Amino acid sequence: MIRLLFFAHLGEQIGEREVMWPHVPETVKQLKDEVEERYGVSLGRVMTAVNEEYARDESPLHAGDTVAFIPPVSGG
Amino acid sequence: MTEPLFVITDRPISVEDVMKKVMRPEAGAVAVFAGTVREWTNGKRTLFLQYEAYVSMAEKMLAQIGAEIAEKWPGAKTAITHRIGRLEIGDIAVVIAVSSPHRAEAYEANRYAIERIKQIVPIWKKEQWEDGSAWVGDQLETTAYPSGKPEVSEE
Repeated sequence: MIRLLFFAHLGEQIGEREVMWPHVPETVKQLKDEVEERYGVSLGRVMTAVNEEYARDESPLHAGDTVAFIPPVSGG
Repeated sequence: MTEPLFVITDRPISVEDVMKKVMRPEAGAVAVFAGTVREWTNGKRTLFLQYEAYVSMAEKMLAQIGAEIAEKWPGAKTAITHRIGRLEIGDIAVVIAVSSPHRAEAYEANRYAIERIKQIVPIWKKEQWEDGSAWVGDQLETTAYPSGKPEVSEE
């Protein structure tokens, strides 16, 4: 099980800010593919953070991880 | 107990409070930047803004910016507070204070901090206009992350 967090427009599109994901894919890329398919959203311009650290598509995932999907930021 | 230097808050920001966190005898300069809510952008009127953050990670990223500054400009000390929630026109959204022995470093490092905030800190702004609303990072479509990750360093 991993914990997924969705922010900004993604949270609104999906209708949830936080989702418990039962399957643990091997990599961030595989998770992105699964999430895109499940919710019909595009993650092409979305960054990911695993346990609050920015991660690459090839970064590995483990049970208990928190994965945040981070649309282009607009602070300041 | 010392106050945290890098803060996400849903309360109004006191410029003086942020500034005081970096004042010290070694400093001969403090540069303070305040980012405020603008009413008009390219002829379009903003009614108010809604900021959202991944708070725990955003505070870590602000601290990372402070560490980058300390490395690039030795002797510089940084404090940043960013507000989230609903902000009205003219409200302060972010305050950055950088102190340093001499003024040049404080100015440069302060500018660096705001540019980095716009690159790596997980905070989003939702514009509310008279005729609708949109998350800004979503609409600009100018930023892409082909590797799934932003560049860690500016250089």
